Amino acid sequence: MTVWADLVGQDAAIETLSRAARAARAVVDGESVEPGAMTHAWLFTGPPGSGRSVAARAFAAALQCPDGGCGVCAACHTTLGGTHADVRFVVPEGLSISVSEMRALVLRAASSPTQGRWQVLLVEDADRLTEAAGNALLKAVEEPPARTVFLLCTPSTHPDDISVTIRSRCRVVTLRQPPAEAVAEVLVRRDGIPPNVATWAASAAQGHVGRARHLARDPQAQSRREAVLAVPRRLTGVGACFDAANALIEAAESEAAASTSAVDAKEKAALETALGAGGTGKGAAGAARGTKGQITDLERRQKTRATRSQRDALDRALVDLAGFYRDALVSSVGAPVAPVHADVAGQSAAAARRWSPESTLRRLEAVLECRAAIDANVKPRIAVEAMMLALWRG
Amino acid sequence: MSRPRHPWHDGAMADRNAVHLVLGDEELLAARAVGDLVAAARAAEPDAELRQYMAGELVAGELAEMLSPSLFGGARVLVLRSGQDAKKDVIAALLAYAKSPDDDVTLIVQHVGGAKGKALSDGLKSAGAKVATVPKISRPRERVDFVTSEVRRLGGKAGDAAAEALIAAVGNDLRELASACSQLVADTDGNIDVRTVSRYYKGRAEVSGFNVADAALVGDVSGALEALRWALHIGVDPVPIADAIADGVRTVARVASAGRGSAYQIAGNLGMPPWKVERAQRQARGWTPDALVDAMQAAAECNAAVKGGSDDRAYALERAVFAVAAARQGGGAR
Repeated sequence: MTVWADLVGQDAAIETLSRAARAARAVVDGESVEPGAMTHAWLFTGPPGSGRSVAARAFAAALQCPDGGCGVCAACHTTLGGTHADVRFVVPEGLSISVSEMRALVLRAASSPTQGRWQVLLVEDADRLTEAAGNALLKAVEEPPARTVFLLCTPSTHPDDISVTIRSRCRVVTLRQPPAEAVAEVLVRRDGIPPNVATWAASAAQGHVGRARHLARDPQAQSRREAVLAVPRRLTGVGACFDAANALIEAAESEAAASTSAVDAKEKAALETALGAGGTGKGAAGAARGTKGQITDLERRQKTRATRSQRDALDRALVDLAGFYRDALVSSVGAPVAPVHADVAGQSAAAARRWSPESTLRRLEAVLECRAAIDANVKPRIAVEAMMLALWRG
Repeated sequence: MSRPRHPWHDGAMADRNAVHLVLGDEELLAARAVGDLVAAARAAEPDAELRQYMAGELVAGELAEMLSPSLFGGARVLVLRSGQDAKKDVIAALLAYAKSPDDDVTLIVQHVGGAKGKALSDGLKSAGAKVATVPKISRPRERVDFVTSEVRRLGGKAGDAAAEALIAAVGNDLRELASACSQLVADTDGNIDVRTVSRYYKGRAEVSGFNVADAALVGDVSGALEALRWALHIGVDPVPIADAIADGVRTVARVASAGRGSAYQIAGNLGMPPWKVERAQRQARGWTPDALVDAMQAAAECNAAVKGGSDDRAYALERAVFAVAAARQGGGAR
């Protein structure tokens, strides 16, 4: 069992990365390697759920492991667990990565590795770098210290996702959307999910490994998906469109609240304790004075995290919805590909018979436009309402 | 609860309960009430010494000194403004004083009401202070009444229409309205009608996105554009205007699709206030479902445009106004 085991269906990428890891080991051992065998900056791209961060993490482990990624030694364990001293993870919880955060990280990345191998800076969601933060990172990527490796993950190499100046200094590893069978196989093997559920979840999740596992295990996620897939049938008039939009937004809000509120409360309690809340006796009130700002600060950070998690939840729902219209389009043009939502294939086929292919395509585009609009900061409610109305009219 | 009276004060000046509390957060009216009380006190005692303080800046020691009788006699008027900001020990001192006030001192405490400093306002009330409440003016009708009575007070005459015109031009701030009234009365013969107001005041002070949306939804393009220009001119941010347009379209669409029925019934079903439903029912005439789809599309595009999607946010809003009106006109002919 190597570090690559969790990287599903990405044989070409694994081949590239393990060759680089071998070269990296040679560098550490002081042997000479061909120029370009190991590179100091990597860009992992691929569709959501293809395992960008999994690949980056595995590669980091392979760099730290004396055996090039055995998956069992302490270096592998600590890296994969996120506790290795020389691997720094940047996992943005908010909507963006700020320049001040990035400057601090770049400074850390410039130090020598404490365990004599590589200093790794891993940025998940590098597409969330602000322009200024990207420039701060660029300086480091341009003139890297000898033993520092930058691993960046973005959906694509499009300039909207990562600036061209950074991209041109990175080696790109492109991950493909893993085939549903491969995802199902890993669900069965790793998570012990029954094969029939695994196959269904893998197909419904459209190659997104994490989402497939979530779908297979969480009955609430299943019922949310069913509610989303019922939307096309429920759009019977203008009023129904607004009701559907409302239901979708509220589902996203409650899903986000469920995932963040527990963490929020815990964080706040921890901070208040650290600031001396609940203290009694002389001087306790004085010590607590002036700490309100720090709590407000935390609440602000939590709010951006909640916003992000709401938008992510909404985005997942929209992807499901887009899958339905995609299936309808596939069925109406008779393309020989498998449907995304196999369990409601009957409904999408029925819809395809009622709609012209043009109007199905317009509906599919409305869903994608809604995703883009939410990305462009349009109020989610307004964007979703406009989309529902467009879906109703076709 | 009596205390020994100083012999040299026995039988001195008369207002035996001279603690006043002016309660309410309409600043101009509160200031006037305080001014009236001060004037009354000085009418009774022309030599009275007037001292004014912000309650928040006062410490209990100072207060005790000011409330204690003067060695040389003589009346004193003490005005404490912003009583809600008073510190705890000051409040305690004031309440102790209010239970046995000194005859020579007229104490006037101004307090905005509300939860802050409630101990002081409640304490003074129960200690028997004379309370003057200044009402909060929030409804348009009350504001119109304020303007007409203000003009009358200054010796002029103004009808409701003139008052409404003045409010539209000057805004809702009472102090500004009051000074506009006195200016108008001083500049004219005192007979103020709509023409007089429009001769001296041009423009609109209070325009929100909702005015823009309301006009656009009934197809009044010129009215909507005028409101939009004014709103941008007085500094309303484009984002709430865009939101208001979307909200207007949404409200009309939901009310129109709720079918016929009483406004109260629909309001209950949709979770909206009845007045909003009534207005939307009026606006909904002339809208077809297809037109509403187009209008909502335009509103969503406008929302993206004002949030960085467009170079010129004002132009994006104007386009949205045109698009909404055109959708209504064309009935959603795409």
